[in-house]
Amino acid sequence: MLEINNLHCKIEGRSILKGVNLKVKKGEIHAIMGPNGSGKSTLANVISGHEDYEVTKGNLYYKTNEINELSASERAHDGIFMSFQYPVEIPGLTVTNFIKAAINESRKARGLDEMSSREMLKKIREKSSLLDIDTKFLSRSLNEGFSGGEKKRNEIFQMAMLEPELAVLDETDSGLDIDALKIVANGVMKFSNDDNAVVVITHYQRLLDYIVPDFVHVILDGKVIKSGDKSLAKKIEDKGYDWLKKEKK
Amino acid sequence: MDFKEKLLDSHLAFEQDVDLLHPIHDYRKKALKRFESDGFPTKSDELWKYTSLASIIQKDYHLSPTSESNIELKDVKKYFLNDIDSFKLVFVDGIFSPFLSKTTHDGMDICVLSAAISKSKYKKTIKKYFNKVVPENESLSSLNTSYTREGAYIFIPKNMEPEDPIQILHFSTGAQKSIWLQPRNLIVMEANSNVQIIERHQSLSDHKVVTNSVTEIYADSNSHVDYYKIQNDLLTSSLIDNTFISQEKDSNVSVHTFSLGGQLTRNNLRFYHKGSNISSTLKGLTILEAKQHVDHNTLVHHAKPNCESHQDYKGIFSDSSVGVFNGRIIVEREAQKTNAFQQNNNILTTDKSKINTKPQLEIFADDVKCSHGCTIGQLDKQALFYLNSRGIPEKEARALLTYGFANNVLESVKIPNLNKRIKKLIAYKLGVNLGFDL
Repeated sequence: MLEINNLHCKIEGRSILKGVNLKVKKGEIHAIMGPNGSGKSTLANVISGHEDYEVTKGNLYYKTNEINELSASERAHDGIFMSFQYPVEIPGLTVTNFIKAAINESRKARGLDEMSSREMLKKIREKSSLLDIDTKFLSRSLNEGFSGGEKKRNEIFQMAMLEPELAVLDETDSGLDIDALKIVANGVMKFSNDDNAVVVITHYQRLLDYIVPDFVHVILDGKVIKSGDKSLAKKIEDKGYDWLKKEKK
Repeated sequence: MDFKEKLLDSHLAFEQDVDLLHPIHDYRKKALKRFESDGFPTKSDELWKYTSLASIIQKDYHLSPTSESNIELKDVKKYFLNDIDSFKLVFVDGIFSPFLSKTTHDGMDICVLSAAISKSKYKKTIKKYFNKVVPENESLSSLNTSYTREGAYIFIPKNMEPEDPIQILHFSTGAQKSIWLQPRNLIVMEANSNVQIIERHQSLSDHKVVTNSVTEIYADSNSHVDYYKIQNDLLTSSLIDNTFISQEKDSNVSVHTFSLGGQLTRNNLRFYHKGSNISSTLKGLTILEAKQHVDHNTLVHHAKPNCESHQDYKGIFSDSSVGVFNGRIIVEREAQKTNAFQQNNNILTTDKSKINTKPQLEIFADDVKCSHGCTIGQLDKQALFYLNSRGIPEKEARALLTYGFANNVLESVKIPNLNKRIKKLIAYKLGVNLGFDL
């Protein structure tokens, strides 16, 4: 589903990714770990098409197509979703109207009719209850004045509504207490199936107790330096990243 | 002959059509003298620093309204609020159209000023209110006063409330290649009365039209007025809107100004407080493109204690459009416990667009709460990416952010159908059709 070959990327002239390789297949859950500043969030932004990130070398394939030239919205129409580490507050735009616009723009791009209000409402009810979201929350301005936990839950709610094929979750666990973490992780596990793929970016092994990955990759200084199964995450939890840095040398 | 001279000379011809013995003619004559000495404002006038009338007054205009042009309901129906409206005052090229209008004298008066001037039973009201809140030193208002003949006359007696909003609509047909219109509205609200009014000026073809309108509103104690101005005219039309509001104790008046169209628009909006415990609300939403120019010049004169005023103006400027916001708040020594709030937020989407924003506070009382603030910025890039990443393309994402930015001005529009209309106008203006009604 996603294949990244020798990806190099710059932002404002600074090299961040220095040859990332990654392969993600349908039905898989991948975790990407790494210390601050290693390039994890950059990878998420590049996959979802942030214009500020300039790909200088390498390829990005999604469903066998090179997607380097596609805009962020085109990638979204094709089924790519990124959960933001810092979801943006947009005063004046309600969660519901935002979701409606997002779903219908994607449908428009795929040549489908707009979703009927009834269908939309049904889906909103179903997905919001799954994430324990109070419906009052849906008529509030997008992320404005939301707590950290509400913002992250709202991200996963959007994912559930949009039903992407590839979901990249950028530090979805940061700022969550353990109860909120369980709700969010549960939402992700319910979403995950044989037809989609999830890439979880995280600092901590804690999240991976609930979102159980098939593969764990460690990014250090713009490169994937080690891949393994979930035991790799445990090892990092116990020993930190230093041993990997030494191993690299 | 320049246009000012033409206006002065043509007054003789105007006088042949009006009752020279009516008391308001004294006002006309005095105002004409005032206009003769003041002339049109220029950029050296502090209140006109950022707006030049030169481009519109260098031309010649047809002055006297011509006989009613032949327009049919189907030509203008889309500008009406509902399929069936209760009260409408429609003017075509400056002339009242009984055919398109719906007036009443049943329990309240919703009719035309010419009728109120000519009929003796209105004499007392006209004498009591006409031109009483219009400052002498605003020359465009003087010009309007000197040519007073037609406009809306609305009188809502004690405890009354029209069941529906009243629409005041001015159409200009293009029967004259260029026309200068000067409607004059008088609105008198007795104690405990309520009204909602929508005003709109619309050209039906791309001819030159300049409207220099004056509206006087008198809100007696505990009355409530919501006034909506829809400024979405063609790029060949200009509007100078002079609105003066006199408020008595416990009254509540709000004016919403939606400036979306037109070549040059100037809004002189003045509130004068005559009693305590008054609330005044001024809200504006300006969305401009091309070379459009809109100037909001406001004044709230706090003269009595325990009153509040809220000003909230938002602007979004594209292409080479220019906006001006000059918001003046005066708090007199007597006006203790005043709460005056003013906010002006702007988004410039291009390098060539421009906003001049100037808050002006003159406070002579010591126990007051006054705040003002203005911002000038661009649409948030990270917010745009957030929307893009959810599948909302660039243009639609910009529209949604604009809508979000404008929303607190929109959400206080209390007429549901009007609210919908304005959102549609905005969506149309931004060139989008979103998955929900804006």
